[in-house]
Amino acid sequence: MAVTKVEIRSGAYYDSVVLMQLQRALADLPGVIDAGVVMGTDANKEVLQQSDLLTEEAKTAQPDDMLIVVKGEDETAADDALGKVDSLLSRKRGEGVEAAYLPKSIEAAVDMLPDAQWVLISVPGRYAAGVARQALEHNRHVFLYSDNVSLDDEISLKKDAAEKGLLVMGPDCGTAIVNGIGLGFANRVRRGNIGVVAASGTGLQQTTARIHQMGGGITHALGTGGRDLKEAVGAITARQGLQLLIDDPASEVIVLVSKPPAPSVAEKLLALARATEKPVVVDFIGYTPPARRMDNLYFVSTFDEAAELAVSLAENPPQPEPLPLEKFAAGQKYLRGLFSGGTLAFEAQLILKEYLPDVLSNAPLDPSLKMKDAVVSEGNCIVDLGEDEFTVGRLHPMMDNDLRIRRLLKEAEDPEVAVIFLDVVLGDGAHLDPASELAPAIADAKAIAADAGRYLEVVAVVVGTDEDPQDMDAQITMLKNAGARVETSNDVATRYVGKLIRALNPTPESTAEKLPPVDGAFLSQPVAAINAGLQSFTDSVAAQGAEVLQVDWRPPAGGNEMLMAILMKMKG
Amino acid sequence: MAIDIQKANDEATNRMMEAHPVLVGLGTARDVIPGMRDDLLLHAGPPITWERASGPMRGAIIGALMFEGKAKDEAEAEKLVTSGEIKLEPCHEHDAVGPMAGVTSPSMTVYIIENKTHGNKAYSNINEGYGKVLRYGAYSEEVLERLRWLDKVMGPVLADAVEMSGGIDIRALLAEALHMGDEGHNRNKAGSILFLKALAPYVAKTAPNADVASDILKAIGDNALAVLNPVMAACKAMADAGHGVEGSTIVTTMARNGTDFGIRVSGIGGLRSETRWFTAPVATPKGLYFPGFTEDDASGDIGDSTITETAGIGGFAMATAPAIVTFVSGTPKDAINATMEMYEITHTEHKFFNMPVLDFRGTPTGIDIRKVVEKGITPRVNTGIAHKNAGVGQVGAGLVRPPMEMFEQALIAYAQKYGL
Repeated sequence: MAVTKVEIRSGAYYDSVVLMQLQRALADLPGVIDAGVVMGTDANKEVLQQSDLLTEEAKTAQPDDMLIVVKGEDETAADDALGKVDSLLSRKRGEGVEAAYLPKSIEAAVDMLPDAQWVLISVPGRYAAGVARQALEHNRHVFLYSDNVSLDDEISLKKDAAEKGLLVMGPDCGTAIVNGIGLGFANRVRRGNIGVVAASGTGLQQTTARIHQMGGGITHALGTGGRDLKEAVGAITARQGLQLLIDDPASEVIVLVSKPPAPSVAEKLLALARATEKPVVVDFIGYTPPARRMDNLYFVSTFDEAAELAVSLAENPPQPEPLPLEKFAAGQKYLRGLFSGGTLAFEAQLILKEYLPDVLSNAPLDPSLKMKDAVVSEGNCIVDLGEDEFTVGRLHPMMDNDLRIRRLLKEAEDPEVAVIFLDVVLGDGAHLDPASELAPAIADAKAIAADAGRYLEVVAVVVGTDEDPQDMDAQITMLKNAGARVETSNDVATRYVGKLIRALNPTPESTAEKLPPVDGAFLSQPVAAINAGLQSFTDSVAAQGAEVLQVDWRPPAGGNEMLMAILMKMKG
Repeated sequence: MAIDIQKANDEATNRMMEAHPVLVGLGTARDVIPGMRDDLLLHAGPPITWERASGPMRGAIIGALMFEGKAKDEAEAEKLVTSGEIKLEPCHEHDAVGPMAGVTSPSMTVYIIENKTHGNKAYSNINEGYGKVLRYGAYSEEVLERLRWLDKVMGPVLADAVEMSGGIDIRALLAEALHMGDEGHNRNKAGSILFLKALAPYVAKTAPNADVASDILKAIGDNALAVLNPVMAACKAMADAGHGVEGSTIVTTMARNGTDFGIRVSGIGGLRSETRWFTAPVATPKGLYFPGFTEDDASGDIGDSTITETAGIGGFAMATAPAIVTFVSGTPKDAINATMEMYEITHTEHKFFNMPVLDFRGTPTGIDIRKVVEKGITPRVNTGIAHKNAGVGQVGAGLVRPPMEMFEQALIAYAQKYGL
């Protein structure tokens, strides 16, 4: 037999919503058939009447009274229910129910976390480019983990990003480390002074892990995605990343890792890498490098070698001597080599190939580089004065300096000449005191240039020993006093000359197709990221102590292609 | 054709926000509402026929025809409507809005809201209070008696009082109420008290005697929804000001008739003529029910009160009204999250309506159909819940989402109109 019990509480004001909740909670109790909780107004009593809950007692409630009516299956059930009113009213909600708002779009996320520099994207491939575009629209760098993004999309994303000075790492970029925070699948690697650009996720992981194991550390490791070094993409991201590391004072050594790039792309990338004084360790896996080392570039063929070399360079970074570029007048750009030793001249040409495209000679490496007339210098040239054409009817230049001195003074008058490169070969059979004749000539040559408002760099490589009859030290001192830069290694001397002339002749590659600069300030800011896709990426960034906001991402327009197409058109 | 949608939406939402609705008077529907005729009833939502009308809508139509003296009972009323002798047209096509069934007949007294910035007007009937009321489809003698009192006693006194007051600034009232725990749709407690405060000094003077003054002030004071109708008309005046901006994708109408939900979009079609509704079947709200009722008793979603969300308050300003978040068994944090979500689908933040809890951030304003479709987020609407049968009344309150199909249809229509 159903029993209806009533409780009237005076002076207790509760919002109607609280009352309705209490009522629902009471009605849900075992043995309760129905319940009503209202303020005792006439209108409310009428409502109770309709539900057959308005007992005589209930009718006495005043408008300011809280009126609680419980219809139970029996008296106990009704009483029990009324006994629970206070606990139901004061019921606290469990902790953790107050979930923060998860944005559903990049737009909203950017609004909520304006400091975010990065948007991490791991949504299904067919939507990934769209999300990346939104990130770029909001001027955020992109870490694009998703795969199955078309090459066309990759190219257009990277071009748009480059225009805005933004990075798109990926698609299919598994890993990166920025300012000590790993994005995607990164290892926990010590901070240090080695910066990495990698077009290979696991290559990046192996290289940075080995650097860590060998005691080194990294500044940033930037991923590019595996297709970045393809001809069609043109290494946009790798070039941006490389430039960022070049400009980053903390990155003293740079490592460049990739599967073999397209030749034209390798050229672009290496040209950029050469534009810095910082050592760059290049590991183009399976690529045949033009040399083991090119100036500041070190070529290796395994991740391990890359790590090892980077760590050793990082411990003792080479301190490159600044080139005296500011001393030269405009228009001074050519090298004139005046050699007495044929093979020294040959080796110089060989080494210079790494620095300069076309060095002419009367004894060239390749017939196409043959000087038209050995007596008339043109462009960059290395003249072997020991060749037959010069020695007919006169002594070899190792014994007779006369021809070389006249040529030296003549070159000094050429306003396009910047560097004169000489060898001075000592030893038995050679001139007994070549410096006594060459040094004054060098001084004269430099004076000729100086009088004309120019600067002439004279580099001499002295081939000899301290036991030679000429007194090598005295010879060197004389040459130095005349203003020459003196080396005893043809390799070192040639590389110095090559670097200098290269710097005076900007190559077409390094000027053409320059990407707009990426402002590197974000690299030194604490990482803050927005993540659309895999929750584990958010968790891992958060676990590393960086700010991260997960987007509750869903396919645009529920994945409806027709609506998506309209929306795209509306974006214009 | 190159349309600058962003610019169009800037203009539409700016017009909505700059609109300055003021209650300037009350009048008889047939005299003041444009296009009102003796053979016409206005109703909530998009167009509806008797055949498809829900229980509460039918009940309100019957009640209104009895109130007008055109029908003596249900059968006569039905005949008048089905024969075409009496026409049904949406309030929204006559610059008007009405809560729940929203049925407005020629003799009813209505509030007149004027947008002081752009000059357009909007109208809404007088709120009847709680219990058995016409807007929920009740049409018993006491309901009709109440309507007659509103019409004959309260209406004239309020009309004089409003005139004497020089007008009541509803935008300012709403802005203040939003700082007092109202969201302007389901919770209008503070706003109604502010309304009472604004009217009382003049009602005291314009009422024929103290008893009438007392009755009127009590009717307003006891009714926490007293201000809802002028608020809705104010929202209507604001939303209408944003309508008709070429190229705009901003929603300027959301309304339900108990059978269909309908929306209109600023850049597609007119307000009164050549209007273009996008409709889909209504959902049933989720929420809390009064004693003795459950979701099985609920009518489909009904009423023009979604004009509040359209104008940037109501469910969109949930963050400022944590007291009512429990309608959907949420926490105060959920209230904030509800507003945060609406920022995702709106064009801007309101210049005049802001929320202290979000550091006085403006409410999300101007629903953009593009964002709704792209993000898959439909507007959040707070609503009262009507009983599915005519005449029973309100059975609860809660939350409802408009059907996504309408926004998709609107997007497709936009693409067709603008040749995309």
